Amino acid sequence: MTAPRDKLGRPVVVVTGMGIMTSLGAGKADNWAKLVAGESGIRTITRFPVDGLKTTMAGTVDFVSVDPFSSTGLSERMAEIVTQEALEQAGIGAKADFPGPLFLAVAPVEVEWPQRRELGRAVGAPDFTYDDLLRISGGGKYSAYHHRFMFGSVAAHLAETFGTKGSPISLSTACASGATSIQLGVEAIRRGETDAALCVATDGTVNPEALVRFSLLSALSTQNDPPQAASRPFSKNRDGFVMAEGAGALVLESYEAATARGARILGVIAGCGELTDSFHRTRSSPDGKPIIGCMNKTLADAGMTPDQIDHINAHGTATPENDKMEYNTTSAVFGDLISKIPVTSNKSMVGHTISAAGAVEAIFSLLTLEHQRIPPTINYETPDPTILFDVVGNKARDARVTAVMSNSFGFGGQNASLILTREPA
Amino acid sequence: MTDTTSKPGQTEVWITGIGLATSLGEGLDANWTALQEKRINVDQTGFAPYIVHPLMPVSFDSQIPKKGDQRQMEAWQRIGTYAAGLALDSAGIKGNKDILSKIDMVVAAGGGERDLNVDTGVLTAEAKGANAPGFLNERLMSDLRPTLFLAQLSNLLAGNIAIVHGLGGTSRTFMGEEVAGADAARIALARIASGESDIALIGGSHNGERKDLMVLYEFGDFNLKDKFAPVWARKDHAGFALGSAGAFLVLESRAHAEARGAKPFAKLSSVVADLARRKHPGDMAATLEKLWAKLPRREGKGAIITGATGAEPATSEERGFLKGHAEFPVRSTGTMFGHTMETQFPLGLALAALSISRGALFPPNDSTGTEIEMQGAPTQIVVVGAGHWRGEGMALVEAVG
Repeated sequence: MTAPRDKLGRPVVVVTGMGIMTSLGAGKADNWAKLVAGESGIRTITRFPVDGLKTTMAGTVDFVSVDPFSSTGLSERMAEIVTQEALEQAGIGAKADFPGPLFLAVAPVEVEWPQRRELGRAVGAPDFTYDDLLRISGGGKYSAYHHRFMFGSVAAHLAETFGTKGSPISLSTACASGATSIQLGVEAIRRGETDAALCVATDGTVNPEALVRFSLLSALSTQNDPPQAASRPFSKNRDGFVMAEGAGALVLESYEAATARGARILGVIAGCGELTDSFHRTRSSPDGKPIIGCMNKTLADAGMTPDQIDHINAHGTATPENDKMEYNTTSAVFGDLISKIPVTSNKSMVGHTISAAGAVEAIFSLLTLEHQRIPPTINYETPDPTILFDVVGNKARDARVTAVMSNSFGFGGQNASLILTREPA
Repeated sequence: MTDTTSKPGQTEVWITGIGLATSLGEGLDANWTALQEKRINVDQTGFAPYIVHPLMPVSFDSQIPKKGDQRQMEAWQRIGTYAAGLALDSAGIKGNKDILSKIDMVVAAGGGERDLNVDTGVLTAEAKGANAPGFLNERLMSDLRPTLFLAQLSNLLAGNIAIVHGLGGTSRTFMGEEVAGADAARIALARIASGESDIALIGGSHNGERKDLMVLYEFGDFNLKDKFAPVWARKDHAGFALGSAGAFLVLESRAHAEARGAKPFAKLSSVVADLARRKHPGDMAATLEKLWAKLPRREGKGAIITGATGAEPATSEERGFLKGHAEFPVRSTGTMFGHTMETQFPLGLALAALSISRGALFPPNDSTGTEIEMQGAPTQIVVVGAGHWRGEGMALVEAVG
């Protein structure tokens, strides 16, 4: 390892700690073992009744207990566990004293059905209006719900628990949120505002209304049986994404600060980029220009050319439109090289962890760099003949991997990409 | 402490566009006139016993020409998309494809505007005995409008702004109530000051006329009830009256603005923010004091515009902090505009820039003596935003020297 600064004269940003949780399990070791073995975390939902739903499976995290249960509570608990794992690995700061800011990708927060139903029951009458609900909400009986359902509550809890500095930022860029949290951390370090940043992304929102919302937009797979085979990125018979829960945490540091304290460097965030698509609320511009521009911006930010990327960790949601668009845009950026670059979608196994996905997949990309082994895209039985990626189908592949591009695209025209490398360029 | 201050050698950041749609009116002149006349627009009956500052009706068509776009949004998004358009107009960049294709957007947003009929329908049916395991699923599948989700998603305010006004740069949405507005300005300022960005659209919007939000704040007994009073006169009758507003600003590097001949309202010199633990009395005031000390040295004629909510104990803590800086005349936006949550800080920035550009602070509107008259033109205005529950932000807006 050499220069503490990149080609553009900015501090090199490295990763010194990682923590992860998905429907496959808790922690890097467990997740990685299952991921390269091609195991699926998708299962039939047992958390709530699925009668009347078109989609009855998801990648739920059922091994973490939260009481009283809420999606926001689960998001918070998962974030706490993965942050703990990342901090233990990084060995940075002191207990409850992290020397930098927090950037948290978190699903939008709102009062949830269990709490709404509790209010409904508390009215104590068979007929009532919304005003009656409002009338009984005060008086302190439900004050804990105020705190729980503040948008900033998860970040405030993490900031207080881990002693991050300054105002923690809670952000949402839909399915790109996890990547955006990393980007904010990278920028803060590059500007010299801090030597370290804690970037966390979490999503625990598999609940009835969230499933219904995505169902009504026809975004979810309905191949419920067997659930493990539902998520089929790049397959001809793919029919939508599978909702999933998970969290990821990364400790970012300047290369200089990390080496000064003798920290083990797990990888480098060599580049990040984002570009808005103003075409439509849920669909990409048919010409793909915003996504192409996003990838090109990211390459430029890393000071790299397409031939230096030797693996792509795809967004790969398994919706008919995403995968097609992702192939068209990626091949526009990489040209003839695209047939030689192995591509995989972790979502085939862990589902789509929505707000967490960008961070979860960045961590899987860094583990790929560490192990020089690319996790498979499972359920790849019937390749889509129009998607000519070199998909790492069904079985993990050993490969020389020096630089990974990880892509995230979301509703609202959100596109974000990251380039992760083993060592500073 | 995270802070952003233009350092020597860093570029100066100007406020070159302001868009306001509030309970007092649309546009800068209407809001300025209402402030001069000490007008306050509150509805004390529509949501009684709760009080709201309703949006002064606007013609959404003028900024959101396609009805199809309007239908895809709920009120909070329409207000924001409208105000964002006004800000782009004000900066003279509406429809300027070269600039809009690279503008960086940082939006402070809440979300989750609900269909109250659907919610009430489910709950009353359950109260009457509907208890089949799939009852909730089936009702939601049949009753929810498919597009409602997109009207609820926090980042779809930014998404709608991009679609309607053709913004193609970057887009980030911050959540987290009041301080999200300060952090949006802080990050945009940092990016421009360091040269990562040339121009940014920042702001937020809020629909205060929402019973689902009132339920959330009623959980904590934060809603102002029964009788309106200025923020500083609510000590024994605490709470905030939700307000509807959209407030957006165009921030721009001095060089970028000068190259296109744009005139500044003011410059944004510094934005700082923190998270006080608020476990003990004085915690929040101490954090405000720390933030104050972080702002660049103030030598000019100063004033303070605060988004104090009227909620306790936060507002009493803030009053204590303000007493220590009594030489700065104070104005509370909560009294005139209500509490607009994520939008309150951008609103404060907008009014600070407007006051500087018009050479006068707007008059006090307070019965307690906390707000005093100011003679002469302010050259430096500190914008304060302390959340009703968590989060503290502060900014320094200055005349361009």
